[in-house]
Amino acid sequence: MSTLTEAPPPLTPAAPEQTPPRKRGRWTPYWLLLPGILWLVVFFAAPMVYQASTSVQTGSLEEGYKVTWHFVTYWDAVSEYWPQFLRSVAYAASATVLCLLLGYPLAYLIAFRAGRWRNLIMILVIAPFFTSFLIRTLAWKTILADGGPVVGALNTLHVLDVTSWLGWTSGDRVLATPLAVVCGLTYNFLPFMILPLYTSLERIDGRLHEAAGDLYAKPSTVFRKVTFPLSMPGVVSGTLLTFIPATGDYVNASLLGSADTGMIGNVIQSQFLRVLDYPTAAALSFVLMAAILAMVTFYIRKSGTEDLV
Amino acid sequence: MTTNTTKNQTDGGGDVRLAGISKTYGSFTAVHPLDLTVPQGSFFALLGASGCGKTTTLRMIAGLEEPSGGTVHLGDQDVTALPPYKRPVNTVFQSYALFPHLDIYENVAFGLRRRGIKSVKKQVGEMLDLVQLGEQARKKPHQLSGGQQQRVAVARALINHPKVLLLDEPLGALDLKLRRQMQLELKRIQTEVGITFVHVTHDQEEAMTMADQVAVMNAGRVEQLGAPADLYENPRTTFVANFLGTSNLVEAEVDSRSGDDVVVKAAGDKLVLPGARCSAPAKTGGKVLVGVRPEKISLTHADDAGAIPEGRNRITGRIANTSFIGVSTQYVVDCAACPEFEVYAQNIDRDPRLAPGAEVVLHWSPAHTFGLDADQSVLAGTMGDAGVAEGEAA
Repeated sequence: MSTLTEAPPPLTPAAPEQTPPRKRGRWTPYWLLLPGILWLVVFFAAPMVYQASTSVQTGSLEEGYKVTWHFVTYWDAVSEYWPQFLRSVAYAASATVLCLLLGYPLAYLIAFRAGRWRNLIMILVIAPFFTSFLIRTLAWKTILADGGPVVGALNTLHVLDVTSWLGWTSGDRVLATPLAVVCGLTYNFLPFMILPLYTSLERIDGRLHEAAGDLYAKPSTVFRKVTFPLSMPGVVSGTLLTFIPATGDYVNASLLGSADTGMIGNVIQSQFLRVLDYPTAAALSFVLMAAILAMVTFYIRKSGTEDLV
Repeated sequence: MTTNTTKNQTDGGGDVRLAGISKTYGSFTAVHPLDLTVPQGSFFALLGASGCGKTTTLRMIAGLEEPSGGTVHLGDQDVTALPPYKRPVNTVFQSYALFPHLDIYENVAFGLRRRGIKSVKKQVGEMLDLVQLGEQARKKPHQLSGGQQQRVAVARALINHPKVLLLDEPLGALDLKLRRQMQLELKRIQTEVGITFVHVTHDQEEAMTMADQVAVMNAGRVEQLGAPADLYENPRTTFVANFLGTSNLVEAEVDSRSGDDVVVKAAGDKLVLPGARCSAPAKTGGKVLVGVRPEKISLTHADDAGAIPEGRNRITGRIANTSFIGVSTQYVVDCAACPEFEVYAQNIDRDPRLAPGAEVVLHWSPAHTFGLDADQSVLAGTMGDAGVAEGEAA
């Protein structure tokens, strides 16, 4: 108490001398940064440090945990759960590719061809956000239900034979298969692909298309040589915004998948909340973070987007 | 160096022929049915104020705009239905539209590569030298100045040896000095490569400096077509008379004919003009607009009126305003026939008496007088909006 009341006085009289009126603006950037930094420290940096220390602790719930620098937890976690790691990456990558294939034409349409329908389509893209993530995913449970119209149609068209052979579905079921999980991921993250794609497509000067056409490029070449390269910033940010959260997602896998389609998010969740093995859960979280960071760094380097405009 | 290739391409006759071409957007007519032939190898300018349909006409030649009616021929080939990428025509866009993700070299090579030409190095190098940008080949467009970007745009189009090069206000974004320089540069390039240039501009000076032939457009129609000097000396409408330079237009009544000349009366002054230069029907008692360019007029103080040679058109007035320009002095003279008669006098021997308020006699050779149809707005083609609007209504 006493230190708190005593500390401020020396500061206040000193302040006017140090900062003459003209230089008042000098500290503005720091003041503006302060709320954000505080937020990050309290809700990001502190938990990170706490989790990092948890991951190298040993002990039990009854006796309490102690930091013992037990790095073996990492090794054990990875060697036990690497299939879920791989599955997460594979599902997230598939969903990202699907999002790109579905989202690009739509973003292109909105940016160049929608005319007065542009705003309406944009609202439709964002509309799902008005409902809870959980409810939307549960709705897919009904859509893909056994014997439902979707499964029935796919069966009639013999699509399920092909997907079963590929291992994406099993028998007459779509629910509780990898396909269902990837569909759920694609559906839930599609807007995160469309919005950045739209933003970067919309910025392209329409006269560049005319110029390319004028220089003997047929429409498909115009797309390949002008439109697509210029939309690369959108492609990169869209894929990142889809891939990163999809890799760590556990809702889709737990609602639409089965025990065989568990992703790393499901493992971390159960370690934290059901098994109550906090060190393993924390270690898995850090491995996931490091893996995503490495992949994203490689991807950005490879795509060379920093070179664009 | 490029003439050989050019010859091969243009053997089949390279005239651009527009026949009855028109463009309407809903109820708005941007271009009225229009016939125009641009001779092969000429530097042709489409001149007009913004919104007169000149850019639309150019875009219809390029294939970027589909005509509502009529046909476009390049030489013997009907290209009306061809998409832009199949037309042997290239465009220099108003804002250049350089590809921002490609360097200068690749921008220039773009057209060649699209046509499947593998070894582009020599041609691109030559073209970059022609526009004096060899050093900048590996830079991105945004690293260049406006004038350099403009030259890249020209190089990117010219390298394809099009039958016609279309230029859509290519100098509009440049400052005055650079624009003058680029005008000469473009003219030099056109002479060197011998390709037909169709140049759209709203700058009458630019059109007259560069073009062999100028089509003056107004409200979706071609008002007059001809060589710059011919358009300037013999305007056939008030729009052309006012849009190209400045004209003094005086309403007059036809008095009589004497030989090949027409004698008219304007507010008591008798004026003579050659019948051949009167584009209006000169019936006795009918109205005509008599025009004369400000630089053709001589200004004499009223005290020396006796020294003016016989046979010249003369009008008396009072100097309302003078402005000293350097090479010339511009006078605004208040006359009975016309309240703001403009006179540009070369500053050879300046008469100190010619100051505001002085009584003067304006006189000029009848041969420099032209006559126009009096049914048109006198203000058409002047800079004010009213003039353009009235010109459209006419």
